[in-house]
Amino acid sequence: MTAFSCKPALLVALALLAGTAAPSARAQSAVADGERLAFDRGKGNCLTCHVIKGGDLPGTIGPELKDLKSKYPDRNELFAIIFDETKRNPQTMMPPFGRNRILTDQEISAIVDFLQTL
Amino acid sequence: MKARTALLLGSLSAALVAFALTSPRVVAADKVDSVADAKAFQNFFFQKFPDVKHEDFVNGPYSMNADMKRQWQEKEEFPPYEFALDAGKEMFSTPFKNGKTYADCFPNGGIGIRQNYPYFDDKEGKVVTLELALNRCREANGEAPYSYVKDEMASLTAYMAFTSRGKLMDIKIPDDPRALAAFENGKRYFYTRRGQLNFSCASCHVQSPGERIRAEILAPALGILNAMPIYRSEWSGMGTTSRRFITCNSQTRAVPLEPQADEYRDVEYFLSYVANGLPISGPGARP
Repeated sequence: MTAFSCKPALLVALALLAGTAAPSARAQSAVADGERLAFDRGKGNCLTCHVIKGGDLPGTIGPELKDLKSKYPDRNELFAIIFDETKRNPQTMMPPFGRNRILTDQEISAIVDFLQTL
Repeated sequence: MKARTALLLGSLSAALVAFALTSPRVVAADKVDSVADAKAFQNFFFQKFPDVKHEDFVNGPYSMNADMKRQWQEKEEFPPYEFALDAGKEMFSTPFKNGKTYADCFPNGGIGIRQNYPYFDDKEGKVVTLELALNRCREANGEAPYSYVKDEMASLTAYMAFTSRGKLMDIKIPDDPRALAAFENGKRYFYTRRGQLNFSCASCHVQSPGERIRAEILAPALGILNAMPIYRSEWSGMGTTSRRFITCNSQTRAVPLEPQADEYRDVEYFLSYVANGLPISGPGARP
């Protein structure tokens, strides 16, 4: 009986712990995935055109990717740029990664997570 | 919400720009003005790069970057295309089995004529490129055609370009609606976005020459064919104009056409015509 009454409290504590720890671990791995995808030549290949901290031999066509969280506080805006920037700017060089299925929504989301750390 | 407003504003302005662009074009559509097109094309590059000498555009990325140009000039002492040039000269002077030679197929024995290709053939009603003319010469003399993307063809055009170095590109558009249509078709191909990466030829070579993609410097479209064929270190070998077009298509994840497909012939016609007045510099060497 005592053991039984203890259980809910333990469960609550565990749930609280999980509530704090799990998302940040998930976020960590999304950022790492995002970085890998951003640097992968067959995927985001962002370095071809953008300077990114931690990447070698960047191109010069696009703007340097930094301070993106202050430039785009709404992550949906970053997502939209990666998904299909031709919607905002028909002249852009940026490939429509989402529309042309170079990246999945999940992959774009991970890249957004990574970009927001820059 | 903010993003949505931006998107809305963006598409509104895009629609306005599209409208502004299309309305005068509709008026001009019945008459293609190739002379005005070529002038506008050249002026775009001359104004964008006021410090680049006009005849230097034919040197591609080297015209855009002083360091790269110095390295290239040193390399030109022992150019990597030299073996192709020697092979081409040898091939050019070796008779076919029937005793004739390439010289028999071309004006002036094929020497110093690169600047006149491609030309519009009024009998066929199509554009004839130098590579196509070379293979037709072979076939007319009972020889199997060469691959359009391999070394033999590049060696032949390397030699023919070399004997024409310094001559000014001189492409004619005869007074024939089919010739003008070929020019217009080539222009359309050049500016149309395609492939998974959604690039047109112009995205890289008009919008972004001089910019780097990774370590590579993008060449200006103006005079880009004057340097063909090229030795590319990236390819560890020679490349024909056909190979260049096909590679560009696959790099943008588009489906390449067959070598010497009508669209390729037409885009070569367009690009060569707008480079009229610029010297032949081929064979070239590129990173």
